[in-house]
Amino acid sequence: MKVKSPLEVYQLLPKTNCGECGEPTCMAFASKLINRDAKLEDCIPLVKEDEEGYNKLAELLAPEVKEITIGVGERAVKIGGDDVLYRHQLTFFNPTALFYDVWDTMDMDELKERVSEIENFRKFYVGEFLTLDGIAIRSVSGDPEKFKETVKEVVEITDLPLVLCSFDPSVLKAGMEVASDRNPLIYGANKENWKEVLELVMKYDVPVTLCSFGDLNLLKSMAITFRGAGVEKLVLDPGTFPSGEKLRETFHNFLKLRRGAILEGQKEIAYPLMGVPATAWLVYEDELSASYWEAVLASLMIVKYGDILILHGTQPHSLLAEVHIRETIYTDPRTPVQVEAGIREIGEPDENSPVFVTTNFALTYYTVESDLSSNGIDCYLAVVNTDGIGVEAAVAGGQLTAQKIKETLDEFDFSKLSHRTVVIPGLAARVQGELEDLTGLKVFVGPQDSGRIPGWMEKNWPPEK
Amino acid sequence: MPQEIDINELRELLKKLKVEALENVEIEGDVEVELEFPAGVSNSFSYAIGQELAQIAAHLLNISQFLGYPAWSLAERKELEEGQIPVAQQIPATLVEEEFSVGHITEWKNKIVEVTLGATSSDGGTRKHTITIGGETALPYYFDAPMPNPNRVTLDVFDMPIQLAKTVRVNYEDVMHDPGEWAKKAVKEFGADMITIHLISTDPSIKDTSPAEASKTVEEVLQAVDVPIVIGGSGNPQKDPDVLEKAAEVAEGERCLLASASFNLDYVKIGEVAKKYNHVVLAWTQIDLNSQKELNRKLMKQCGLERDQIIIDPTTAALGYGLDYAYTNMERIRIAGLMGDDELSFPISSGTTNAWGAREAWMVSSPLEDDSDWGPREFRGPLWEIITGLTLALAGCDLFMMMHPTSVQVLKELTNTLFGSVKGNDTEISDWITRLVS
Ligand code: B12
Ligand code: SF4
Repeated sequence: MKVKSPLEVYQLLPKTNCGECGEPTCMAFASKLINRDAKLEDCIPLVKEDEEGYNKLAELLAPEVKEITIGVGERAVKIGGDDVLYRHQLTFFNPTALFYDVWDTMDMDELKERVSEIENFRKFYVGEFLTLDGIAIRSVSGDPEKFKETVKEVVEITDLPLVLCSFDPSVLKAGMEVASDRNPLIYGANKENWKEVLELVMKYDVPVTLCSFGDLNLLKSMAITFRGAGVEKLVLDPGTFPSGEKLRETFHNFLKLRRGAILEGQKEIAYPLMGVPATAWLVYEDELSASYWEAVLASLMIVKYGDILILHGTQPHSLLAEVHIRETIYTDPRTPVQVEAGIREIGEPDENSPVFVTTNFALTYYTVESDLSSNGIDCYLAVVNTDGIGVEAAVAGGQLTAQKIKETLDEFDFSKLSHRTVVIPGLAARVQGELEDLTGLKVFVGPQDSGRIPGWMEKNWPPEK
Repeated sequence: MPQEIDINELRELLKKLKVEALENVEIEGDVEVELEFPAGVSNSFSYAIGQELAQIAAHLLNISQFLGYPAWSLAERKELEEGQIPVAQQIPATLVEEEFSVGHITEWKNKIVEVTLGATSSDGGTRKHTITIGGETALPYYFDAPMPNPNRVTLDVFDMPIQLAKTVRVNYEDVMHDPGEWAKKAVKEFGADMITIHLISTDPSIKDTSPAEASKTVEEVLQAVDVPIVIGGSGNPQKDPDVLEKAAEVAEGERCLLASASFNLDYVKIGEVAKKYNHVVLAWTQIDLNSQKELNRKLMKQCGLERDQIIIDPTTAALGYGLDYAYTNMERIRIAGLMGDDELSFPISSGTTNAWGAREAWMVSSPLEDDSDWGPREFRGPLWEIITGLTLALAGCDLFMMMHPTSVQVLKELTNTLFGSVKGNDTEISDWITRLVS
């Protein structure tokens, strides 16, 4: 995005404050555009009446790094689309897509099992499940028919987006015959095969990865050539060397390409970057070392500019680390992650159920909520508005006070309960006395970690009269 | 209305229009082009093309290439309607040859302070060697400038047996009762560059060990190992200043890192003690760039500490538990330091062991039924510490306080590689697609 201030955008909007975009003023809409919280198309007067203005703005607002879609339908993933080098400058868009591999020499049962493992992996975090994005199908046999069969099988069993991997154009062609309607990413074009691959992606209009391992001049040359032929859905793979000096160079190549794209406006290379942490398995023989090193390479590339990764290991420990580091880097630093405050019912509480107090920081809330519900504890949960700050920091920062808790509890009708007690987090122990004074309730201090609530309940619930 | 034009007129037209995409174009023969302009339209929003138009586009592409126009400006990508396949455009005969280059960051004019820990006999200490961190003039491992000093790891030792995650505990069970042996094991077997001795028994609610008694443990550790050391209190804000004062006194001349000065306690005292006995202070704040600035400023102004007597700890939150805040806070601090903010241009330390507080690191299995299998915690824990550390390494962290031997080994392997001290290892990757099996 080339604009830095909403004013620049405002100048090109109709400036009538008509409100059709859903914002009260054009200026407000301009700010939203800058933050990429609104689409230009929502300004209907502009779209209808000022084509020149629209085009100018569309160009100004286009992200520095090209955004590309892989796959179709609900599970399609977008990659690229970034505008900044550091997340605090705005936020990073389109979380790094994580693709795990299968290969054409697997037997069918093995293949099915692995695909379903990848498709079904889920890890609960802050109210949603972290999942994996797609399947990379490798041609190991080199046999087009075999590859085609494997691709066909995968297409039948999953909707996940696909990457078709081979440097042999006839293999890729065979794969495309059965996957063309799935908008797969073709991997890849290189110095030897680029003409045939170019022809193939032109025919099917699908995204393609350009591979030039360690040679950025060649990578740029290929990108320019492809773009010259009208092919724009490009992904760049500068090579993932898994160790030693070459790994250092790999890191530099990612930095250089992204700096060129964002800081220097080098459009020719402003495409999503692909990393292949799977190469860790070429260095380490034993599963544990390889899976660790792969997670390390993946994290390195998630933090610094990888937009799509191909991985090999599906060991739970590395999957967990990979989805979490991606979430870390791609969480929008501008929005406090919070849930609505108020009194919730967990399970089917009755008059003997406890009332727990927590904060509206999403991480805190969902951790507590899932600890309660997954342990079958029927209860009321009073969610205090702490501006999205967790328990400990909110006690320290003054957002979780006796007064604040009282305000939330005021909404609750204690007369329907057989007791007049609440349970506060162990880390908020210091508000206990004041809360009792303010509300006249008996206040229990619960454990420090909500994971220990079940054990606490055994000892302390129901309370002695 | 349709009009006939020749190739020169087309060239003029293209120039005027800054054409991105042409609509309603017909081509007759090789050079005669018929254009039909809808009223007032210079180019189109979306360019849904059919077979016919694709052909025309291809022709135009050739023409414009021939005329010296950047060809792609005519071929803006369009969403294909279902079932339509564009006619193959021309495949160039050779690759366009171009060189890629990128500049250095000119705003990074400032140097991060270099801080040395430990002192050898020539400087009045007893350490075999010293350790220097900091000195960067670019983000870590960047190609803009070489990083002068590698990252370092200091391993935790406690002055009494404590509760540790099981995966960590098994490595230290045999030495937990003896801080000296513990320190030796950490250095000899686990590759620690430094040792942190935590005097937690001084906490009034634990053993209330006196500062004088506790400082004996410091002497013991100094004798057991010859690497530089970090001295930590118990975290009790009332007692820590006294504990650190006594420890600093017995370790005079050894240039230890005193952990930590913060706004929770009498940081002035800690600063003054460091000055008096020539140690370095760890300035600890809680994920807040501005209070970090303020604390650093006060340590220099109020306590008279030299710039090379400060290392900062802007707080480490674990992967999944606030690492996003910790990462961005550190990255911002480092960038500010490089750009000239001298209240932030200090080496950074991380309490990477905080990673062990994350459930994913220590719980036997997921507390949630809907989660996929988490796998054995013995594998998760060290990886959690590694990923937390490496993320912060990329933000500019210089020194890592760690616990698990595997984590130390893997994190060092990565940071040393990025630093440039791991040579060779040219793994062939050109055939990775076919070479990886099972
Ligand atoms: C991330 C973080 C921040 C983030 C907060 C982001 C956010 N949205 O909350 C930011 C950077 C903003 C921040 C700021 C501050 N922080 Co802070 N922060 C942390 C950090 C690193 C992690 C906290 C966290 O997210 N934990 C995870 C969540 C899920 O935990 P939780 O909310 O406590 O919930 C758990 C338990 O409380 C319990 N629980 C929750 N609800 C309930 C309910 C019941 C009934 C029961 C039984 C249990 C229970 O179970 C949950 C799961 O385990 C901690 C250090 C650490 N612990 O690693 C410091 C920490 C909490 N911060 C601290 C401080 C001092 C601050 C600041 C005051 C610093 C400053 N000078 O500005 C500010 C205050 C800001 C404000 N309130 O406005 C101190 C608090 C010290 C203290 N005990 O007084 C800590 C402990 C750091 C330290 N060691 O000094 N912080
Ligand atoms: S729709 Fe367009 S013109 Fe109307 S208020 Fe929004 S930005 Fe302004």
